[in-house]
Amino acid sequence: MEKFEILQSTAVPLPIENIDTDQIIPARFLKATSREGFGENLFRDWRFDNAGQPKADFVLNKGRYAGQILVAGKNFGCGSSREHAAWAIHDAGFKVVISSFFADIFKGNALNNGLLPLQVSDEVLERLFAQIEEDPQTKLVVNLVNQELEVPVWEERIPFAIDAYKKECMINGYDDIDFLVNQKEAIENYEKSRPWAY
Amino acid sequence: MAQTLLDKIWGAHVVKSIPGAGLDVFYIDKHLIHEVTSPQAFDEIEARGLPLFRKEQMVATADHNVPTKNQHLPIQEPLSRFQVDKLTENCAKHNIELYGLGHQNQGIVHVIGPELGLTQPGMTIVCGDSHTSTHGAFGAIAFGIGTSQVAQVMASQCLLLSKPKSMRITVEGDVRNGVTAKDIILYVISKLGTGGATGYFVEYAGSAFQALSMEGRMTVCNMSIEMGARGGMIAPDQTTFDYLKGRPFAPQGERWEQAVAYWSTLYTEEGASFDKEYFFDAQDIAPMITFGTNPGMGMAIDAVIPTDVPASEQASYSKSLNYMGFQPGESLLGKQIDYVFIGSCTNSRIEDLRQVAKFVQGKHKAPHVEAIIVPGSKLVEKQAIEEGIDKVLAEAGFELREPGCSACLAMNEDKIPAGAYCVSTSNRNFEGRQGPGSRTLLASPLVAAITAVEGKIVDITQYLN
Repeated sequence: MEKFEILQSTAVPLPIENIDTDQIIPARFLKATSREGFGENLFRDWRFDNAGQPKADFVLNKGRYAGQILVAGKNFGCGSSREHAAWAIHDAGFKVVISSFFADIFKGNALNNGLLPLQVSDEVLERLFAQIEEDPQTKLVVNLVNQELEVPVWEERIPFAIDAYKKECMINGYDDIDFLVNQKEAIENYEKSRPWAY
Repeated sequence: MAQTLLDKIWGAHVVKSIPGAGLDVFYIDKHLIHEVTSPQAFDEIEARGLPLFRKEQMVATADHNVPTKNQHLPIQEPLSRFQVDKLTENCAKHNIELYGLGHQNQGIVHVIGPELGLTQPGMTIVCGDSHTSTHGAFGAIAFGIGTSQVAQVMASQCLLLSKPKSMRITVEGDVRNGVTAKDIILYVISKLGTGGATGYFVEYAGSAFQALSMEGRMTVCNMSIEMGARGGMIAPDQTTFDYLKGRPFAPQGERWEQAVAYWSTLYTEEGASFDKEYFFDAQDIAPMITFGTNPGMGMAIDAVIPTDVPASEQASYSKSLNYMGFQPGESLLGKQIDYVFIGSCTNSRIEDLRQVAKFVQGKHKAPHVEAIIVPGSKLVEKQAIEEGIDKVLAEAGFELREPGCSACLAMNEDKIPAGAYCVSTSNRNFEGRQGPGSRTLLASPLVAAITAVEGKIVDITQYLN
């Protein structure tokens, strides 16, 4: 997994609530057996029409917005557990998703792929949407080490929460599999000692 | 301290707790896999040179991508065929039990687990599919995971998790005529909203859930994820034990007696506390239908589309109704419907098919409606044929297909065309879920059957009286 400490970037706003993973990557694009290439079909049916032509009014096609940070409406990533959604966002060049609420499975999947789900309050989210719309060149600084989202133009540093273990993993590029494989002895002891085994 | 059902099962599966981190090394009893979310996990463990830790605790099936016609022939669509072949190859290489196409046990992963007795009370069950919550109907901790976690379970039979918060949803009383398990859960989701249970594990309690069959309980637990809950569960009882007894993988003989004795201890104790509780009256629940593009956007079938939406949600609400071609304040009664899909891990079991057959017997679908019914498994299909349900459906103009996930997520050829309306017994009405531009209205199998016959949405309570 890629390491993550600090990122400075402009952001792409997507002020829609309850964006489900079927919108992020529709099921018909889940047929690949590798993790690569899903970015092409990120938000496929919002980005392209049935003939495969870009829809001019979708944010990623406007040319006005760019950056490695996606700012999205609350309850982002609900629905299907497909990790392909996190792969697609990461593959399309995003390193951070900011929202005021994330669905559980998506959040876990993102963290397992070096994509930071950064949760802010509804109020901060609204201000971010307004700010980015007004000035698409607005720079945001995501500092994972200090757990702060800095908005230089506001002269504000907004703290955010993250699980301490997951933060450690992201900063060092570790994942759970390394940790769990090292627990083999404890796992085998558990299997021998538990009261009811299936 | 008094314990909840979740506390008991969770506690029994903690290998060790990580001090100070709030994380547990959490043991998984059963790992179900399918063709879509497993290939990258196999690649990952192979790339790291890791063996499968407990392959005998894994079961595989092909369901998401399979055609529902001519399953005896090679899969036509090259990418689907490649993915299904990859599963076969991976299972052969690692010696994993596979119920692939053509096998008598093949079917939707959340249908076959319970019907084969693989799913049992007190278990922990995971699968790279969010509807794994279905198995919670047996009083199990069952939840969907991402592919990285599939690889973790392959490598260690464990996950690193923090214990979720607990929620209890109690529904007391007898339901009204025409109200099924599907209506109960659609009602609950409409009250909590699509993110209302995010971060929680739900226990369903009260007489309305106790009165349900196991298949009804599976329908309820299946849709827990649609309000954001990681899983849902119902304490095991005599209904659970009666369902399981004699199933191929259920314990036998003396082992059965011991199992029932243990399973009987799995309930929430008097005085145990939950982080959140909701109470509903079963009499308030009507046959339901959804009108929007998430499962929380549901209402009584004879109600009008709500107009009282908070200002902050107005833009998303309008976008959703615009997609559906509906207006706030509008009734759906009389709306012409193009497709009826009866299937998916929510409602494709034998009781669902029986209910549909019972209603459509001697009737015929409306001429303009295409009515597709996809059984959840080969065993459901076989049972339906034995009971003559296939003939009843054929006479009524319904097309009985072969098992798979089908038009629930439209990964295979079964797609609803752009702009068309489909009353579907599945679990998600997201934009394009059933095919690009498709418009889905979620409902029970009973509502779906009546809609197919009438060709439009009708007030089924009037109809049944």
